[in-house]
Amino acid sequence: MFTLTGVCAFVAVGVLFFILGYLLWRGAGSLNLAFFTELPKPVGEVGGGFGNAIVGSAKLLALASAIGIPIGFIGGVYLAEFGGKTPGFVVRYTTDLLNGVPSIVMGIFAYAIIVLPMKHFSTLAGGIALGVMMVPITVRSTEEFLRAVPQSLREGALALGASKWKAVTTVVIPAAMRGIITGIMLGIARVAGETAPLLFTAFSNQFWNSSLREPTASLPVMIYTYAISPYEDWHQQAWAGGLVLLSLVLIANLTARFVFPHKHAGS
Amino acid sequence: MQKFARRLKQGDEVAYLITFIFAASIIVITALLVYELYTGSALTRERFGLRFLTSSTWDPVALDFGALPFVYGTVVTSILALLIGVPLGVGAAIFLSELAPPRISDGLAFLIELLAAVPSVIYGLLAIFTLVPLMREYIMPFLESTLGFIPLFQGPAYGVGMLTAGVILAIMILPFLISISREVLLAVPREQREAALALGATRWEMAWHVAVPYARAGIFGSIFLALARALGETMAVTMVIGNDPKINASLFAPSYSIAAVIANEFSEATGNLYISALIELGLVLFGITIIVNAIARLLILATTGGRTH
Repeated sequence: MFTLTGVCAFVAVGVLFFILGYLLWRGAGSLNLAFFTELPKPVGEVGGGFGNAIVGSAKLLALASAIGIPIGFIGGVYLAEFGGKTPGFVVRYTTDLLNGVPSIVMGIFAYAIIVLPMKHFSTLAGGIALGVMMVPITVRSTEEFLRAVPQSLREGALALGASKWKAVTTVVIPAAMRGIITGIMLGIARVAGETAPLLFTAFSNQFWNSSLREPTASLPVMIYTYAISPYEDWHQQAWAGGLVLLSLVLIANLTARFVFPHKHAGS
Repeated sequence: MQKFARRLKQGDEVAYLITFIFAASIIVITALLVYELYTGSALTRERFGLRFLTSSTWDPVALDFGALPFVYGTVVTSILALLIGVPLGVGAAIFLSELAPPRISDGLAFLIELLAAVPSVIYGLLAIFTLVPLMREYIMPFLESTLGFIPLFQGPAYGVGMLTAGVILAIMILPFLISISREVLLAVPREQREAALALGATRWEMAWHVAVPYARAGIFGSIFLALARALGETMAVTMVIGNDPKINASLFAPSYSIAAVIANEFSEATGNLYISALIELGLVLFGITIIVNAIARLLILATTGGRTH
């Protein structure tokens, strides 16, 4: 019977290696400089790349970080250091609830609060959708790492006459900083691959664009559009895109594991 | 009052206030989300009422909206995912917690957790080009020739359909099943295991008759958590389910899920009633996943006594 359970475990690990290997095999061939620098070509023309989608994804992630990190980080500090019993419970419960919201529903939310009033798709709406998704992830990891800081450090700072916020900002947060940054990195990696909330918020775009008010292409949405298209050379590009996206996500996760060995990834 | 003034001068009250405002904004965002889903679906809620959930007609042209085919597709694919994923996941968790040496167990658990980091669009991409042809050419014909007398395994094999979506979902929920089940199994007290061994149980009997029952609530928690993931999963399902709003007994038949229809039709929906119908689907999905998630958390809390993930 134990052999059977071993087979189960190796099936799970095997799937990971299959995903990596297959993407590498199909994607590496179509990966070239043009993929990173050029605009997508219209149907029928060979070549082109995902340049605007890569820039678009970077912009979306920057926006998401600008929203998700401050709220998540300071919210986490509140829970670990300042939150009382009842308000702490309410905030923690709401964060869990927000964490469980399906990503497509997050898209509807950003659509309702940004796209509808502005009357068009925009980078801003996509960034907000991703930013809200980052909040619960950041809150949890921040709280977890702050709680892991030994109580004696806090007491030492307070005994030296520091006020509570002095102790928190100059002793406790620096002690937990490495873990908190790891958590933030994993949060960014997690939303970097999100497709569903972008479909009707950031939408897509064939061109370079600089304004946050315009719709933008993004790596995951491009992979989706190209994968379900009927054209063989588009499929090639989708594989290349998939390889780039997965590499970024896995590098972030492996770095987190390397920098902070006992924090598991993907949570 | 004097004490308050001193604390204010030291900045404690200000710091408290600032962190409180940010924490409260999380509550505001969540409340706003529920409010938008609720008001956004007002049109269809008033017009169709409960019929929205029981009608199987989805006709945007005639402005007649019923969610049943999508609820059916979502529920069937998620159940399939559990049927395939739970034995695999729990089996793997037993191996990792009971048999594998700690270092190998940790390493494998990390690799499995990496699976959770793979974006769902990449699962979809791989599924379209590997799983769908495999299902069409081999697995579906095989199932039909052996189990074809059951209506579940009849009909033309398109490759896309509920069974394919169920398989890809099963793979996607594996990391959640395994990592949490493994954690609760590892939390089983040493005395329980030693007592079983002392009574002459084999290692397998110890694992299956002592450790697993002890960790039962937590394992069920991981199953509910995985179920919530499967219900809300969008991209991979959209890419392989076939996107056809029909209710079919056959698992080979193309179907549609709640998340998939929102993903496909939202950006093209015209007219307030159509948008409202899609938002109401979002509200339904939100409600289901919140309930399933809550059950999962209670069950996991019951076994570990603390917060896991």
